Amino acid sequence: MTLLILLGVSVFSAILLAFVGDRKFAAELSILSSAVTFIASIFLAIDVYAGGPMLAGGDFFFVDAFNVYLVVLTAFVSTTTAIFSRRYMRFERSHGKVGKAGMRFYHAMFQLFIFAMLLALLTNNVGILWISMELATLSTVLLVSLYRTPSSIEAAWKYFILCGVGIAQALFGTVLLYFAAEKVLGEGSAALLWTNLSQVSGRLEPTVLSLAFVFFMVGYGTKVGLVPLHNWLPDAHAEGPTPISAVLSGLLLNVALYALVRCKVLVDGATHSHRAGYIMMAFGLLSLLVAAFSLLRQKDIKRMFSYSSIEHMGITTFAFGLGGQVATFGALLHMLVHSLTKSAIFFTAGHASQMHGSQDMDRIRGLIKGNPLVGWGMMFGVMAIVGMPPFGVFTSEFLILTATIKDAPFFAPFFLLGLIVAFAALFRKAMPMVFGPVPPHQTALKASHLPVIVHMVLMLALGLYLPGFLSNWFHSAAGLLK
Amino acid sequence: MTMNLAAQINGVLAALILLTSFGLLASRRVYGLLHIFAWQGFFLSVSTAVVGYSAGLHHLYISAVLTLALKVFALPYILYVLIHKLKIRKEVEEMVNIPTTLLIGIALVIFSYHLTAPVRELSTLMTRSTLAVALATVMLGLLMMITRKKAITQIIGFLALENGLFFAATSATYGMPLVVELGVALDILIAAFIFGIFFFQIRTSFDSLDLKEMEKLKEED
Repeated sequence: MTLLILLGVSVFSAILLAFVGDRKFAAELSILSSAVTFIASIFLAIDVYAGGPMLAGGDFFFVDAFNVYLVVLTAFVSTTTAIFSRRYMRFERSHGKVGKAGMRFYHAMFQLFIFAMLLALLTNNVGILWISMELATLSTVLLVSLYRTPSSIEAAWKYFILCGVGIAQALFGTVLLYFAAEKVLGEGSAALLWTNLSQVSGRLEPTVLSLAFVFFMVGYGTKVGLVPLHNWLPDAHAEGPTPISAVLSGLLLNVALYALVRCKVLVDGATHSHRAGYIMMAFGLLSLLVAAFSLLRQKDIKRMFSYSSIEHMGITTFAFGLGGQVATFGALLHMLVHSLTKSAIFFTAGHASQMHGSQDMDRIRGLIKGNPLVGWGMMFGVMAIVGMPPFGVFTSEFLILTATIKDAPFFAPFFLLGLIVAFAALFRKAMPMVFGPVPPHQTALKASHLPVIVHMVLMLALGLYLPGFLSNWFHSAAGLLK
Repeated sequence: MTMNLAAQINGVLAALILLTSFGLLASRRVYGLLHIFAWQGFFLSVSTAVVGYSAGLHHLYISAVLTLALKVFALPYILYVLIHKLKIRKEVEEMVNIPTTLLIGIALVIFSYHLTAPVRELSTLMTRSTLAVALATVMLGLLMMITRKKAITQIIGFLALENGLFFAATSATYGMPLVVELGVALDILIAAFIFGIFFFQIRTSFDSLDLKEMEKLKEED
């Protein structure tokens, strides 16, 4: 029942919002629907926390500790983003960047996108997982080109083609997986259910599954934005409307990584080796290093933070590849804190570029004097994302680093190098934007502070104190992924 | 129909699908591309029906009909209308010349056979030898996307790639479960609408469908 509300509300409101269009209450309706989804997700989480993993809707849905926390996170960030987009999109609308049809499209597609992500997280069928990942791509492609500027259309086209091709590879992987599973489980949907597959993974043909993993890695890896498959990501995240950048960076990358990790568990079971893990570690470390050095030469504020997303997805992929209780715990925590921090940063970056009429970092100056909350939001956001204590990212990065030093000491220097370069780059770019006098072209703005403040408080709280239920949760999720 | 005959028919259809993939690479005219693409969809649909008949799996008929409707009629028609409306030039413009692309294509086919060798040895199905062809179709579709300049040829390459995936699903595994196939078909249909919208957007803001114009978003030095 909770599941039905959880998934139904976003579909229903997507359809409803398509009819409501550009009316005044469209944004409030979107907030309401996200909030209801969020409340439903909390009830689901309580059920799972009390009763353990469960199947629902026949065996169509499967909820365990690993996906339920991502469901709560997705619903939460979508709610705060909906709150943020109310003022943000109103500003864009009044400045003529987006028209009436655009607003209708924006609200409807936002909810459809949330639905696609929730379905991807909750489904038990590996085939449906693929379909909903594709749906999540398709529903955001035209949102990236919402402003119809040449560069936004170029970005959207790149996103469409690269992710389309990438995700097609993942379908090939799914076909291979089904090919192997059908011999053990027989034909039909049962052979694609994750719960069945994970039980018999030891009996699946290892050669087929290791071939399948290559396709999964390339396919879902493209969506995670791992180097060298990351080309679409900075463009799509920088050119789209800021609320969309926030959910793409904060949520969609997590969901894609979730799909990859689910597949990895099966492959590990079949091959009885750590090969899939090594592949993930290599991709992760490469992404971390390339993204960290790319940060140094960025000029566009949203583009810079997109590279930072690639960097953090690299860290998380690396940690999942490393495996083991501590690293997996760190990776799960990192997904959570990165998502909260990054979406908050995109909120402030969006306001900062609205205040200066440009996303060019050379034009953004004197934020703290101009609008203290936006300025301090940016300052604390950057401090949190580069991994300064006492914020949550520090805890997770520290855990991952200790696990690296213990299990794969050879990689530790490279890992640290990436972190240090990213730290230096982001700080150097953020300081002049935040401090200093107010430039003449800055305009005052009615900013949406609540989402940023809520995210900041959570980031700080997670860095200072990890509540018992959350750490139990991560422990059991990390246990599931072994 | 005996298993053996069905296997032979399927082998012929696999060869025809591979041939049409090369045809897509070799064609110099956009309308020609559409025809070849429709033929590829037709062979795919027949092959699905043959597998469905000989293995007695009736849900494959549904996907055969879906393939026929989507890949042979709907998508080529949509593309035809777009080409007509947008007055796209009728010649294919390539970045790498056609003979070279064909040679690379042959190398890709050999690579696909090599890659799927371990899987083929395991397969007990009558359609096993076709998995390599499916992978080759995917690779050739990718090659086409890389080596052609126009947005429309890129899309045809993308759809040919999807054909390869469908062929893999039927040839290696007797088709995916129906829920999955329906979902995939729906996704392709949505994608078709999206690229239709895109063509108009690209046209209005770039005055051409040449992807060469779309090179603004790069890292500056």
